[in-house]
Amino acid sequence: MVNKASKPTDSMIGHDTWNIQLDANGQLKHFLTTEGLSTEILTRILDTAESFASINEQHVKKVPLLRGKTIANLFFEASTRTRNTFELAAKRLSADVLNINISTSATSKGETLLDTLQNLQAMQCDMFVVRHGESGASHYIANRVAPHICVINAGDGSHAHPTQAMLDMFTIRRNKGDDFGKLRVAIVGDVLHSRVARSQIHALNILNTGDVRVIAPKTLLPTGIEDMGVGVYNNMEAGIQDADVVIMLRLQKERMQGALLPSEQEFYRMYGLTEERLKSAKSDAIVMHPGPINRGVEIESSVADGKQSVILDQVTYGISVRMAVMSMVLGREPETNGETIE
Amino acid sequence: MEELASPDKLLAELAEKLKTMLVERAIEQPLMVGIHTGGVWLANTLHQKLGIEQPLSTLDISFYRDDFSRIGMNPKVKPSQLPSQIDDRHIILIDDVLHTGRTIRAAMNEIFDYGRPASITLVCLVERSGREIPIQADIVGQHLHLKEGQHIKLTGPEPLEFIVT
Repeated sequence: MVNKASKPTDSMIGHDTWNIQLDANGQLKHFLTTEGLSTEILTRILDTAESFASINEQHVKKVPLLRGKTIANLFFEASTRTRNTFELAAKRLSADVLNINISTSATSKGETLLDTLQNLQAMQCDMFVVRHGESGASHYIANRVAPHICVINAGDGSHAHPTQAMLDMFTIRRNKGDDFGKLRVAIVGDVLHSRVARSQIHALNILNTGDVRVIAPKTLLPTGIEDMGVGVYNNMEAGIQDADVVIMLRLQKERMQGALLPSEQEFYRMYGLTEERLKSAKSDAIVMHPGPINRGVEIESSVADGKQSVILDQVTYGISVRMAVMSMVLGREPETNGETIE
Repeated sequence: MEELASPDKLLAELAEKLKTMLVERAIEQPLMVGIHTGGVWLANTLHQKLGIEQPLSTLDISFYRDDFSRIGMNPKVKPSQLPSQIDDRHIILIDDVLHTGRTIRAAMNEIFDYGRPASITLVCLVERSGREIPIQADIVGQHLHLKEGQHIKLTGPEPLEFIVT
């Protein structure tokens, strides 16, 4: 269905990627990428997530908003944190959840992807949450589902992971306030293979972040990264100087092809976030990581567990942000020729 | 339309009626709950006037609305603040305008997700015509007959004013 390139290409994603995300009223219908969305929509996701955060802190962590809706988690690629937080988010909204482990399901008996999707549509599902190893997969699916079905990208290849990016924006806003213009955000590590980094960079720029920079060896940076509106640094100390936010990326060993790195030890020596290095950032800088963390490969244990780390807060906020996106796409005002119902 | 009294005058009357009722029913420590947004303004004043010790609770019923699939998501929902234990408590539920009754239905659903109160007393500043479900207020500032399509809204919190359109 889509080619196996590590980076999405125009033919795969197409320039209409972000267009199919919106319905005729300009409301979010599918959430496939942060790229091309408006500041208004991203801010609305963050505001809505703030409302849900209060539910997750309550004694009764459940509201009846999506009662009667059915959400299918389609995970073609392994995931623990993302799948579980999507499932919890759906359940806290009172939706019914189908977890489909594709590797052990009908596709392994030769059923095509589209046949699997049509069967799920026949079961009256309302939403597909899709994790896939190939870039453009959720876009491909969104283009082929019945009109009433919403698709949320839970990570596709090296292309995008928009809900992760939004939970990261939420974490930044909770810690640093809503004026992104005064922030310096440094993203460190394997940018080349990171769908998280791509989605973060788009989101940070849409939210008008003052200074976004990536820090990595040349071999782990995609070509043309400068065109995404980031400063590029190959030196860790220079890159994280006075940063407000330091985002560490996981070294994606499973996606490494060829000799991109001399060794993990060498990477840690050059780019690992140690207590000593963190001193270059602002004294109140927060440390983030999308997980799972490789202790001693990209981050020192004492930093991951330290007082500047908000890594576990990111997991908590992931539930609120996913609740926000799910309720926004399923709770759209009906498309009534632009008229809204009072 | 009959003459509408000022919100402050009605609120003072509500406080007196509520005091009398609490004495009659021998309720000593009620749990006062205001419904966002107007109900919370009123509840703040009543809570003070009656000298209730238990902190004021608030409800935002957006997540419990029955018209979610028709009007979509309200992005600015305020957190509901209820104590984790409401079993056997006497609840005083406060809203500004009782109209269709759907808001109160949603509020009671949310309350019952937290537990089983001993009683719920509904206090409204204005009870207008147009009920769609069988819900009635226990204490009312003023009854008002409005035609279908007419609206009344409380603005505030300082000053409290009615807008009728």
